[in-house]
Amino acid sequence: MNPEVFCFPGLLSARTFRLSHHFPLKPKDPAMSETLTGAQALIRSLEMCGTEVIFGLPGGCILPAYDPLLESPIRHILVRHEQGAGHMAEGYAHVTGRPGVAMVTSGPAATNMVTPLCDAYMDSVPMVCITGQVSRPAIGTDAFQECDTVGITRSVTKHNELVMDPQDIPRIVAEAFHIATTGRPGPVLIDVPKDVLQAAMQWYWPTSIDLPGYRVQTTPDALSVRRAAEMILASERPIIYVGGGVLKARAVEELREFAELCDMFVTTTLMARSAFSDEHRLALGMPGMHGNYTAITSMQRSDLLINLGARFDDRVTGKVNTFAPDAKIIHADIDPAEHGKVRRPDVALVGDCKITITELIRAIRDLRAGGAKEGERTVWKQTISGWQENFPLTYEVSDPGNALKPQFVMEHLRDSAPDNTILVAGVGQHQMWASQYWKFKQPYSWVNSGGLGTMGFCVPAAVGAKVGRPDATVWAVDGDGCFQMTNQELTTAAIERIPIKVAILNNSYLGMVRQWQEMFYEERYSEVYLSPELPDFVKLAEAMGCVGLRVDSPEEVQPAIDKANEINDRPVVVDFRTDESEKVFPMVPAGLSNDDLELAPSQREALARERSKWSR
Amino acid sequence: MAAHHTLVVLVENRFGVLARVTSLISRRGYNIHSLAVAPSVNEQFSKITIVVDAESTPIEQIVKQLHKLINVVEIAELSPSDSVEREMLLATVSAPSERRAEIVELVNIFEGKIVNVGHDEIMVTLADPPDKLDDFEELLRPFGIVDVQRTGRVALPKLSRSVAPLRVVESA
Ligand SMILES: Cc1ncc(C[n+]2csc(CCOP(=O)(O)OP(=O)(O)O)c2C)c(N)n1
Ligand SMILES: [Mg+2]
Repeated sequence: MNPEVFCFPGLLSARTFRLSHHFPLKPKDPAMSETLTGAQALIRSLEMCGTEVIFGLPGGCILPAYDPLLESPIRHILVRHEQGAGHMAEGYAHVTGRPGVAMVTSGPAATNMVTPLCDAYMDSVPMVCITGQVSRPAIGTDAFQECDTVGITRSVTKHNELVMDPQDIPRIVAEAFHIATTGRPGPVLIDVPKDVLQAAMQWYWPTSIDLPGYRVQTTPDALSVRRAAEMILASERPIIYVGGGVLKARAVEELREFAELCDMFVTTTLMARSAFSDEHRLALGMPGMHGNYTAITSMQRSDLLINLGARFDDRVTGKVNTFAPDAKIIHADIDPAEHGKVRRPDVALVGDCKITITELIRAIRDLRAGGAKEGERTVWKQTISGWQENFPLTYEVSDPGNALKPQFVMEHLRDSAPDNTILVAGVGQHQMWASQYWKFKQPYSWVNSGGLGTMGFCVPAAVGAKVGRPDATVWAVDGDGCFQMTNQELTTAAIERIPIKVAILNNSYLGMVRQWQEMFYEERYSEVYLSPELPDFVKLAEAMGCVGLRVDSPEEVQPAIDKANEINDRPVVVDFRTDESEKVFPMVPAGLSNDDLELAPSQREALARERSKWSR
Repeated sequence: MAAHHTLVVLVENRFGVLARVTSLISRRGYNIHSLAVAPSVNEQFSKITIVVDAESTPIEQIVKQLHKLINVVEIAELSPSDSVEREMLLATVSAPSERRAEIVELVNIFEGKIVNVGHDEIMVTLADPPDKLDDFEELLRPFGIVDVQRTGRVALPKLSRSVAPLRVVESA
């Protein structure tokens, strides 16, 4: 048993935490005697925590905080809708690893922030959100633009806090950044009443953080690591099942070393895309509902799943009690609540993935030095290459003059993208094609909404990503449905000179829903048809200060992409008119076993032959 | 009573913490059977004693989720056999003069107390383990219970095991 999980009242108050290294501390003026307003203290605290940019939009209650912002070196990006500010902060956090910061006013602005907060919570994205609140005496009176922000956001934040004393501001901000960035990262909200912003306080900066109930175990238990290492060496059909935790822990190098050390194949979930180069000989790509055959099936048939920072999401497991039936489970996660939540692990490793993987590597080396016997894997490797050969991702190339295939567009986008490209996606079919067809080489080059599946995420997240990584090319692959939810942030991008590139895979449908209606509701299409004409995306883009291009046929694809890649002074939107009837394959229908996945029509015969082989 | 778990949750004594704890429990699909909150020895912290119904789902998940709340400092699960449990009952019973003696006798058997007396009603109280309270209430019923209130359960580990009194629930 680990001493970290035990706690007795006497020890608690003695436990203090040093500020994390995730953000630099450059004391501006350590003088204790300085009197500031709450608003000045808020902005200075954000500076102290290394904030370089705030995404936000002002209003009544937060007004006092916008005044000292004029003197601050922090850049502020004025959004067109608060949801955009939240997703921008997320996009920024995804690509930089630093917490994204959003600031908005009370009431409707705070409720507009609920979706991005929930999105960040589900995908463990570090984020700090400041909301204005009505003045303290007005709280609870249904005052103008009052809402119970802390109550509303309680279940979609890692933590939230209402500031009732201006003197608490530096401490609460420091704690918020600490909580958002350590352990399992997540969004933290700070709700500040207007009169707290206006009141005077004596400036200080906390030297340590004292949160008696917040304990993070970063180093896994040594005995468990050793048991895991033994299981790894003994296994004959191991698969490394990588989740977003590996990216959060910045453990990409360690993962590569670990996979190569034991020559183990790696699957990367939707949240882990780019954690392991798709060009690596051990990369199997994405598992799950729209994963590729080999990634899905190798997990199903494995005798050992090494889960690193993934959470057995239902989109990955399919019907849980049929998931990887013969596999023993090693589960590494910094959040102990993930262990046994869905699937009981044989070995649970509580800890930071970077440290955990390093410890596993060390333990495996030790066992090998001691002459440990290793499982025979030749047949397994052959089986996997057989699957890769027989069941690659595929689609039917359209005849000239026929509708454009979205996969074809993705292939061209991928092949013409500069090496430092970051890919951002919306939610729907286009998201799946983006993840399936891209070849991720660099970590943190994929930004998407996995857990919540938030339509409207793409455009603002791409803006945030570009702000965080101005050196990178940012391609946002969006659906025509999603794009219409948040495209107004292209105005923000044009004005702020944030030249992102948007590829709309425009099938005039809520395509993913259409696919389900076609497959599971006997082609009874209900409320999924958008419009082939409206809006005119080219005109819409131009109205917002972007370059707008439209592509109808395969020959036009490459020239349009080349043109878009050349434009670097403003955002570009390319409206690709794609085949409305195209479906995403492979697909594991919801609620079914991963063994029942459906492949593209051209592969169905081969699949039937393969299945009869396994059932024999 | 059906399968239940008694959790003693030590929390920071701050605004809104009770709401965090209860909303988390209900959001994760558990039913709170009873709840008692009071300051602890150290005034910085409060103790929440929660009895949750946990027939179908293991308690481990709820304990781990509660641990994730920043203001939750410590959680211990108390099993009924290792702990002393108490609830308090306060009841107003109809007591016309001809039946009053019987009620007083019942209260005496249970070692309860009469705390208030009216013309034809009396108020009685009893602090005891929950099952004893059930019996008491059952036996009072024929007299006519006008009103009854029971508190949430509180519990402390038995002293004979005071070397390691709390079975701290592991978070691994
Ligand atoms: C905010 C929100 N509303 C509804 C959904 C359900 N939903 C998932 S995918 C999808 C269709 C998306 O359409 P589009 O953006 O055109 O993408 P496509 O699937 O056509 O590529 C819908 C409605 C969602 N994920 N998010
Ligand atoms: Mg569409």
